[in-house]
Amino acid sequence: MSTATEGPQLGSGSVFGRAILYAVLIVFAVYYLLPLVIMLLNSVKPLDEIRSGNLIAPPQHWTLQPWLSAWSEAQVGVQATGLKPYFVNSFLMVIPAVTISMVLGAINGYVLTKYRFKGDSIVFGLILFSCFIPFQIVLIPMAKVLGTLGIAGTVPGLVLVHVVYGLGFTTLFFRNYYAAFPTELIRSAQVDGAGFFRIFWRILLPSSGPIIVVTIIWQFTNIWNDFLFGASFSDFDSQPMTVALNNLVSSSTGVKEYNVHFAGAVLAALPTLVVYIVSGRYFVRGLMAGAVKG
Amino acid sequence: MAFLEIDGLYKSFGQTDVLKGIDLVVEEGDFLVLVGPSGCGKSTLLNTIAGLESVTKGEIRIAGERVNELKPSERDIAMVFQSYALYPNMSVAKNLAFGLEMRGVPKDERDRAIQEVAEMLQIEKLLNRRPGQLSGGQRQRVAMGRALVRKPQVFLFDEPLSNLDAKLRVDMRMEIKRLHATLGTTIVYVTHDQIEAMTLASTIAILKDGVLQQFGSPEDVYNNPSNLFVADFMGSPAMNLVPAEVQKQDGAIGVALKQRSNGALFLPVREGVADQLGDWVGRTITFGIRPEAVTDPDAADQKEGQLVEATCRAEMVEPTGADTYVVTHLGGKEFTARLRANSPIEEDGHVKLAFNMTRSVFFDPQDGTRIA
Ligand SMILES: Nc1ncnc2c1ncn2[C@@H]1O[C@H](COP(=O)(O)OP(=O)(O)OP(=O)(O)O)[C@@H](O)[C@H]1O
Ligand SMILES: [Mg+2]
Repeated sequence: MSTATEGPQLGSGSVFGRAILYAVLIVFAVYYLLPLVIMLLNSVKPLDEIRSGNLIAPPQHWTLQPWLSAWSEAQVGVQATGLKPYFVNSFLMVIPAVTISMVLGAINGYVLTKYRFKGDSIVFGLILFSCFIPFQIVLIPMAKVLGTLGIAGTVPGLVLVHVVYGLGFTTLFFRNYYAAFPTELIRSAQVDGAGFFRIFWRILLPSSGPIIVVTIIWQFTNIWNDFLFGASFSDFDSQPMTVALNNLVSSSTGVKEYNVHFAGAVLAALPTLVVYIVSGRYFVRGLMAGAVKG
Repeated sequence: MAFLEIDGLYKSFGQTDVLKGIDLVVEEGDFLVLVGPSGCGKSTLLNTIAGLESVTKGEIRIAGERVNELKPSERDIAMVFQSYALYPNMSVAKNLAFGLEMRGVPKDERDRAIQEVAEMLQIEKLLNRRPGQLSGGQRQRVAMGRALVRKPQVFLFDEPLSNLDAKLRVDMRMEIKRLHATLGTTIVYVTHDQIEAMTLASTIAILKDGVLQQFGSPEDVYNNPSNLFVADFMGSPAMNLVPAEVQKQDGAIGVALKQRSNGALFLPVREGVADQLGDWVGRTITFGIRPEAVTDPDAADQKEGQLVEATCRAEMVEPTGADTYVVTHLGGKEFTARLRANSPIEEDGHVKLAFNMTRSVFFDPQDGTRIA
């Protein structure tokens, strides 16, 4: 009897609860999506529509001109090149920076877990500590280092900065992942005659898929979105996308072309969005694997 | 000249001394089994032979050559790990081939070697599978195959059967024994299962706390334990080890075992032993005798030495089918005798036992050393 009366009550209660849950979730989803939607809507509006009307209204005349302008025509800084060259700069910076920091992080993780040495935990502690150093603190020493190396204001200079700064995180990721990797496999490969790098390449890396995805997403978004290092250590011809976008928006000549600014902002965000959508599923899975086993 | 020699081997991890002066000599084609309780340093010893752990002090020689400084791959050894350690991202065939590939063996030769080993271990059908798609027993075979395919000078096995169920373990044990008989390669095999040790070994080394306790043939270790630890560790059911007082009765030296009710049971010892026990008269020693040396009088081996008959109270009777174990109470402890099935046990629970005193051993109860 009691279960029969309790059942429906509980059911209706949970339906009500679910409704509230969904409502809250939808409100938050809309709240987070709204800026993106507004940006997209206004990036395909003619400029006079934005100036005369409100921001939220859908465009009366659709146009792709703002996008074309943002990409290749708009005034960025002193020249009317659009964002294209800076987009290229960003890729030239982000691809080597992610690759190098990931490879070094993986090797660090490998050594710290499978070739233990005296004081290895101190070394790991120090590397870990670098994750907590605020960006601002390293600006001046880093500028000096880049100057000494003669790569100040160049894309390779930015790559170096991001590799150094990302190393702490990539090492942490790979160390935790490899800590759960069976040491007997390494020993077996040693007996089989494989050397340090052969073991890394043939045994360890093929089993590292999830953590590689995590590292790529983490490093890619951080480096792509970085503004401070880009603004501090680049010249006009080596500026990354984020800095160029700022220059575009704050360009003082002529009228403010809001629609172009919106298009530029979406362009700047697009690569990280793509990376997330393509590998987001692995991201969660990899984080869990690292977290649970580490 | 011995094939594998270990000379005064010490190994410490930081402050902890794990191996404390191990000396071993293994002849070519021998099957050496290292046994001992968990944590005694068996795996560590094996890893130092493999070159996976460095040596703190001492020397290891294989075929007369000092190998201390050689890398594992240069020692011409192959190892089977407890977890099998199959490379998860490679097929079985690739797993088998890996060691050969690393040594630069050409492809067609590798393929031939893999075929041969796969046939020997009956894993031909599994060659294209990944380790994740194999059962425990199949993985075990692949792990052995990976060692066999290289044709090394020495095989090292670290508890290779401990992850298998009981039936499979017995099968694989036989298989390993057969392989050793066919190939004749020297094997060093770690286990903490003393039955595995007895059945496989041509030589047994018993370790405790990083110290070698005894080194000899299975028969030697079983019948002639060098100390109390070995006597207790080897054999199942375990040897009866009970306190007893050495006494001299009617000119004969013997041991008196306290009984629960009527005083003590006096067992005269054999002649050779009597001399060695002379100094101990009036003192307590540890008397040891295996359950199968305490039987019903009809089953006792009349030819073998000196039988002493006595009546004891059976406190527990455990028929196993083939034999019947009778547990009685002597020297203040449980004392097991192995009788034939259907041995007569009297109404009041008394049973007549024959003690084969030729097979008895005596230890110093203080430090566990063998007296006689
Ligand atoms: N890398 C290490 N650092 C410190 N101590 C270690 C290390 N490896 C092993 N030991 C210690 O050495 C001792 C012997 O270990 P070992 O693995 O050789 O034991 P074992 O005889 O193989 O035991 P089991 O039967 O459980 O496998 C243990 O007390 C262990 O804690
Ligand atoms: Mg072990």
